Amino acid sequence: MAAVDDLQFEEFGDVAISLAANTDATTISIEDPSETPKHQRGPPRASGREEDDELLGNDSDKTELLAGQKKSSPFWTFEYYQTFFDVDTYQVFDRIKGSLLPIPGKNFVRLYIRSNPDLYGPFWICATLVFAIAISGNLSNFLIHLGEKTYHYVPEFRKVSIAATVIYAYAWLVPLALWGFLLWRNSRVMNIVSYSFLEIVCVYGYSLFIYIPTAILWIIPQKAVRWILVLMALGISGSVLAMTFWPAVREDNRRIALATIVTIVVLHMLLSVGCLSSFVFFGVWFFWTPKPAGKLMERHQPLTSGWCCMETSSPI
Amino acid sequence: MAEAAESPGDPATASPKPLFAGLSDISISQDIPVEGEITIPMRSRIREFDSSTLNESVHNTIMRDLKAVGKKFMHVLYPRKSNTLLRDWDLWGPLILCVTLALMLQQGSADNEKDGGPQFAEVFVIIWFGAVTITLNSKLLGGNISFFQSLCVLGYCILPLTVAMLVCRLVLLADSGPINFMVRLFVVIVMFAWSVIASTAFLADSQPPNRKALAVYPVFLFYFVISWMILTFTPK
Repeated sequence: MAAVDDLQFEEFGDVAISLAANTDATTISIEDPSETPKHQRGPPRASGREEDDELLGNDSDKTELLAGQKKSSPFWTFEYYQTFFDVDTYQVFDRIKGSLLPIPGKNFVRLYIRSNPDLYGPFWICATLVFAIAISGNLSNFLIHLGEKTYHYVPEFRKVSIAATVIYAYAWLVPLALWGFLLWRNSRVMNIVSYSFLEIVCVYGYSLFIYIPTAILWIIPQKAVRWILVLMALGISGSVLAMTFWPAVREDNRRIALATIVTIVVLHMLLSVGCLSSFVFFGVWFFWTPKPAGKLMERHQPLTSGWCCMETSSPI
Repeated sequence: MAEAAESPGDPATASPKPLFAGLSDISISQDIPVEGEITIPMRSRIREFDSSTLNESVHNTIMRDLKAVGKKFMHVLYPRKSNTLLRDWDLWGPLILCVTLALMLQQGSADNEKDGGPQFAEVFVIIWFGAVTITLNSKLLGGNISFFQSLCVLGYCILPLTVAMLVCRLVLLADSGPINFMVRLFVVIVMFAWSVIASTAFLADSQPPNRKALAVYPVFLFYFVISWMILTFTPK
């Protein structure tokens, strides 16, 4: 019939306009399954104008719609948190690769995260980093005192919890502060680029990945090697962060933009130094070369962190 | 309705015999009793099982549970793709293993505040919270394994590492030296690989195929940390 002819896909605009004209004439067309329009999976009874917008929209609208629908579960259900773990193996590997190779001009968030931030990467990278620092510090300490008979090796285990607290606090509180700051600046200056909280957490989490091989290579007891490793790690992860956040503060006042980037890098440097000093904590005194056992004891008395093993007083 | 369809290609049948033709001759008299018991053998057996466990002796109960735990130990030691660990899960085995491991790993020196070894509570908490975290991770990634099944598998797969701990303690009774260390290192590495392979054999099938590595990596990290604790154990 004539109504069926109207259901051709090319004449979709007419259907929409006629729907706006009188709502009951073409209701059949909407529920007709043979039509399968792209944008009408959602609310089927949109008004005519919204339908026009949806029809004329391109794929980015569709992904917006789907992204909006993705997070629609209430926050007390399990499915809400499952949306943050919606990544495949190759995606995680790509993101890690992107954090290791900062290319100027390529924004980590836009290139890799692409409105699908995940919490898997940040959480497990931080966990691996904590254990890598603990184990490497342990190993380094053991290797330094390898030949000494009076050395009693004790794996300090409680410092793992302190290291875990520091690293997780960095990975969550600094993004929170940065996100709040960016939100406040966005209310003053209209920025084109703005990141959600989870995207910032994601960037910070993945940027910490470089520290894992650095921590493992810190076992090498040469000062120069350690300094070079720290500077390289800081350079790579700092540049990833700087290049990610530069577009977000670019339109702002020049001084504030520069101050923001400098603060990000300085905080990252503090974390590197913190990792290093937790290595100290774990018993490897950075600026100190190993001395014979007698000196060992008096050097380590002030380190009441207890980590280092100085049980030389008790006979074994 | 009783007419049989004549097969067209069969000239041998002369006349079509009606179906159920002979039944009209049978008469059901009124006094044949139709009675009896309709029992489904399986269900009655299970019901009998359930109701009688209250009355059995304590010895039977304990032996039944111990046999179930022992059977699962065998499944862990010779891992093949079977569903026994998943289907009837229990947490007795993980508890026994965790307590044994924590008892052997603890350094009981309360007098020296600078001691560094893990205490019983620390090992216990690490094992259980580690297992819970891995289970949550695999569920969040979309795996279709239940919470306690996953805890059961992860707990049972600590068995090789407990064996490694026993061996290390025995080896440490001899004099310490590099050979001692190499032996312990070798044993711990082999048992660590065994644990990871055993738990992967049970857990990997429940994950979506493009996320298997994401779910297996935390298991690797968990057993690695436990192996590290075993390897660095030195008695006072």
